[in-house]
Amino acid sequence: MNKNREPLFHISKRGDMPWYFGWGVRAASILLALLVCGIISSLVTSENPIQIYGTIFDGSFGSVRKFMVLLQNIAMLLCIALALTPAFKMRFWNIGGEGQALAGALAAAACMILMKDLPNIVVIPCMFITSILAGALWGAIPAVFKAKFGTNETLFTLMMNYVAIQLVAYFSVVWENPKGSGSIGVINPLTKIGWFPDPSGIKTAIGDFLANGWIADLPFSQALENLFIKSEWLFDILCSKYTVNIVIVALVTVGMYIYLNYTKHGYEISVVGESERTARYIGIKVDRVILRTMLISGAICGLAGLLLVGGTNHTLNADIVAGRGFTAVMVSWLAKFNPIWMVLTSFLLVFLERGAGEIATDFSLNASYGDILTGIILFFIIGGEFFINYKLSLKKSSKKEEK
Amino acid sequence: METKVASVKMRNITKSFGPVIANDRVWLDIYKGEILALLGENGSGKTTLMNMLSGIYYPDEGDIFIDDKKVVIRSPKDAFAHRIGMIHQHFKLVDVLSAAENIILGLEGKLDLKAASEKIRQICDAYGFEVDPDQKIYDMSVSQKQTVEIVKVLYRGADILILDEPTAVLTPQETEKLFAVLRNMRNDGKAIVIITHKMHEVEELSDRVAVLRHGQFIGDMLTRDTNAQEMTNMMVGHSVTLNIDRPEPVDPKPRIEVRNLTVRSIDGILKLQDVSFTAMSGEILGIAGISGSGQKELLEAIAGLQPVEKGSICYVEEDGTHDELLGKDPLRIAEKGIALSFVPEDRLGMGLVGAMDISDNMMLRSFRKGRSIFTDRKSPRKLAQKVVRDLDVKTPNIETPVSKLSGGNVQKVLVGREIAEAPKVLLTAYAVRGLDINSSYTIYELLNQQKKKGVAVIYVGEDLDVLLELCDRILVLCAGKVSGIVPGRGAKKRDVGMMMTRLGGNSNE
Amino acid sequence: MFEAILSFLPRAVSQGIPLLYGSTGEIITQKSGNMNLGIPGVMYVGGICGVIGAFIYEQSLPSPEAMIPFFAVLIPLLFCLLGSLLMGALFCFLTVTLRANQNVTGLAMTTFGVGFGNFFGGSLVKLAGADMPYLALTATSNCFKKTLPLAAILNSWGDSIDEACGKMGVFGDKLGNVIDFIFDAFGEVLLNYSFLVYLAIIIALIASFIINRTRTGLHLRAVGENPATADSAGINVNLYKYVATCLGCMIAGLGGLYYVMDYANGIWANNAFGDRGWLAIALVIFTVWRPNVGVVASFLFGGLYILHMYIPSGMNLAVKELYKMLPYVVTIIVLIISSLRNQRDKQPPQSLGLPYFREDR
Repeated sequence: MNKNREPLFHISKRGDMPWYFGWGVRAASILLALLVCGIISSLVTSENPIQIYGTIFDGSFGSVRKFMVLLQNIAMLLCIALALTPAFKMRFWNIGGEGQALAGALAAAACMILMKDLPNIVVIPCMFITSILAGALWGAIPAVFKAKFGTNETLFTLMMNYVAIQLVAYFSVVWENPKGSGSIGVINPLTKIGWFPDPSGIKTAIGDFLANGWIADLPFSQALENLFIKSEWLFDILCSKYTVNIVIVALVTVGMYIYLNYTKHGYEISVVGESERTARYIGIKVDRVILRTMLISGAICGLAGLLLVGGTNHTLNADIVAGRGFTAVMVSWLAKFNPIWMVLTSFLLVFLERGAGEIATDFSLNASYGDILTGIILFFIIGGEFFINYKLSLKKSSKKEEK
Repeated sequence: METKVASVKMRNITKSFGPVIANDRVWLDIYKGEILALLGENGSGKTTLMNMLSGIYYPDEGDIFIDDKKVVIRSPKDAFAHRIGMIHQHFKLVDVLSAAENIILGLEGKLDLKAASEKIRQICDAYGFEVDPDQKIYDMSVSQKQTVEIVKVLYRGADILILDEPTAVLTPQETEKLFAVLRNMRNDGKAIVIITHKMHEVEELSDRVAVLRHGQFIGDMLTRDTNAQEMTNMMVGHSVTLNIDRPEPVDPKPRIEVRNLTVRSIDGILKLQDVSFTAMSGEILGIAGISGSGQKELLEAIAGLQPVEKGSICYVEEDGTHDELLGKDPLRIAEKGIALSFVPEDRLGMGLVGAMDISDNMMLRSFRKGRSIFTDRKSPRKLAQKVVRDLDVKTPNIETPVSKLSGGNVQKVLVGREIAEAPKVLLTAYAVRGLDINSSYTIYELLNQQKKKGVAVIYVGEDLDVLLELCDRILVLCAGKVSGIVPGRGAKKRDVGMMMTRLGGNSNE
Repeated sequence: MFEAILSFLPRAVSQGIPLLYGSTGEIITQKSGNMNLGIPGVMYVGGICGVIGAFIYEQSLPSPEAMIPFFAVLIPLLFCLLGSLLMGALFCFLTVTLRANQNVTGLAMTTFGVGFGNFFGGSLVKLAGADMPYLALTATSNCFKKTLPLAAILNSWGDSIDEACGKMGVFGDKLGNVIDFIFDAFGEVLLNYSFLVYLAIIIALIASFIINRTRTGLHLRAVGENPATADSAGINVNLYKYVATCLGCMIAGLGGLYYVMDYANGIWANNAFGDRGWLAIALVIFTVWRPNVGVVASFLFGGLYILHMYIPSGMNLAVKELYKMLPYVVTIIVLIISSLRNQRDKQPPQSLGLPYFREDR
């Protein structure tokens, strides 16, 4: 209320704006950020900007393999972001995604190592159960203390990350293979116990069938085979070793969207997040909602850990989640906690990371270049939010008030 | 009066918030060495007027003179510079800091807590306060916090003290102590303004009284020259005829029986004491009282949201069986058909979620229905459309977040939802708070419809005129006790006003 | 055993110093109500900016002998402070002026800062044309590592006492040896450090004094606890937040500088700094927002961090990893206990992490 020094402009909350206004501002900040990134990249590489953007694009779409890596990375980032979202909607700052995913990864790896003599049909369900439980446990611990004693959840979940990291480091040595390496290496490389089924075999089988199966005797077989060879890339995409992960995450995305928007649980989460007072007033048991939501949040993080171990990496190390637990916080927040928009925001971040990686290799720069670009983009989007929620106006209203 | 020196003169002060005129060309003089009671009903503009002295608001029009010099007060700092200090109803203290640290907060110069403590002790000794400078605020009772606020103002050298309803949070003993201190300060030559609507406080404490009504200055006089009756008359004004429909209750039967209800706040202050009454089906029971007399606690106790010290609240079934509500889960109580619509001062926060749209807010009560894990979105949408149509809610569509609606429309949404639950008992508080005339009538009409359906309506209101014309019976609360229950038909506004300000009104004393 | 402790303590101290810088900076920041999760990034930026400054200075010299120690220290120091100041200003601009979410902004800053450090670190390695995947600024580091001569003085005193005692026969000889040993040990453990170590302790103590004993500190605490009250008392809330956060970042940045120039002997290797930034944030909770406690606690954390090297675990390397978990577990326990006991003065600042907008009142 100190009006002795008149500020030049007045900041006020914006009224009702059409939905496209917000997304327009966001798109504009992304474009602006891309422009800045392009300029910086051209300065660093002394290459023309068009070339730079081309390289960035190449990093994701340059080949089928790159495209699949892009999809896989999106899927993993998205999965953790989806996991964090119900907690965020409840205003529970779960920045422990890294730890919860690691807990899941640890449980999955444990199953693979300890049950290596059992068939996949037993091991893989066990992996699902244990890693989801492990993630849920890791999420529930801070939730219990938050619900009962109001312990600060941001700091608690943050610390839990490092406990998980060290736990994984411990088991990396316990299960080291070969001895003395200090790391686990690929688990069950020969028996592939605990590995998710690799659908790339399907492609080979189809090709084989078209060339040598009974269908080869039919008159149109040649045409079919030609068609198959021409559309091999399509099968590469559909039957890649990442396909299982991508499908699972796609299901989780849809599931989370429905959970948050159409179920009673999702509704309770929104009410608790928006106004705890109202929630109590209408008889929602806030403690229970916090605990339940964090169980779900942790469980899906655990699932992400499982997908990393069983689906792609087939090993375990403390770096397997690769900071996605933190990046996911931003993915979820940038999408305003909407699972569908999250597909876009995680695409944006992964696309940039891959693109920057491509620049880095093409121009032999450092691989960390991607982090810098990501940072710049994030700063622009974060800053842009202000213009969605507030408006600047030259100080006129108060002049009037004071004549 | 002639011998006194006017310390502050407010001339032609006008302040409006949007279309609402809070103060309309008010004149007010504040004298040194005198306690002025600023009297008025809720919403009569007392606090707004004083906020302009203390730099919270800036008047649209009018001038303020201090010691006959025209001054401009733009901030609390300016106010301090003119030796004006105000103690707000909501304390402005930092919990984890000590009393002394809070008192010197924002001042310049080297930090010397010892010297500060010494000065605080001097102030305390001079006026009879008890403040431990090293005590942390979070360890303090409400009255101690208030004392710290007063010392804070004195420490800054205030000669003009404004206290906004200082006794609202105090026990009688604490109130006595405060009054003793205020008298000391008056004798020390300070000018003191106390905002209140409690008649006995005015009579006991003040030297002079000024009355505001509907933002206008009605008059001032020496307290010893007037009496409670005259002051009440000035405060409430003449009865205004509103022509609210009031059908006769049909077959009233007891529905809610409250016996010896006593409620204490977390701070240990008695909010309700031995409250007993019966609410009947098919009638509107009005609850009158100055704000903070226990209305909120009473309704929340019935809805199961307020811990109760002793007493009983029974729900009477159609067949006459009594069912104790105390100790029941709020959800169970709601299932009995007891609906609560409480409109808090900030309108949102209780019962509504600002960021959600109208349709989603309709779901707050109903979303648990059914065994499906999915929420039923269709019926809330229909309900939202119905409420918007029936109550004439001004909104672009039912997807608009409630926080974007104007106050009156927010209330319609809230009341509309509670009524839609087809309740047996409808508890409603301040349902027309801040509404324009037409919207208010819509709400009255809704309540009457409920009454005709045989619902027991409990209506907590601020406007006496409305209570007198709408309610079948009026329970008057005064400082947490039942001051009396009068039939709505034929009750005199002044009598009810007297009962509000002093237990039992004039007749019982 | 004794020898082991003697070598353990100084290493615990030098492990603790980056944490002390980081936590002191973060405490000042959090006292103003800003939760800056970008501290790990800021420490990377502080470190790499110091490296850049040192690199430029070293490259500009015709020969290493031409190095002037004063500039060798001053230039990296200024670069480091400037770099971390800019990070702090960025955080404030986004969270205070633009009212962005503090957690998200902080995490973005960490991503950016770590990337920035590793990118320029990697690029400098390439520029230097070394074969090794790291950059060595040994000459600069030597200037940073100049210890105060206190330990040497003490050592020489011990020697002379020993000599004097030696003249008093066998018993005197023994006694002399013991005294000499105590003097040496004392000097080794307490006094054998470079100026950045003492600076860290001094800054922590000064910060403690300012927060608890001065008017500025009082206002700062009020801003972090209850900005609306502070505002109505005439305190410039945003100014306090800006200054506290920027200052906090500069102090934290020094932690990165100390790590490279002193602890790592001027060798920058990517990601070598590790997760010390998060450990610094853990330290903030552990000390319940008190920088003076941080002095001792950082050494304790430093000790816990390297404890695994001193635990006779035999061949069981795995257990060492569990020891590294200790600082975090201890922090969690402190966090729980402080919320359990619900002591009001041992809680995070009340408005920590929340933006302040006057018109929201």
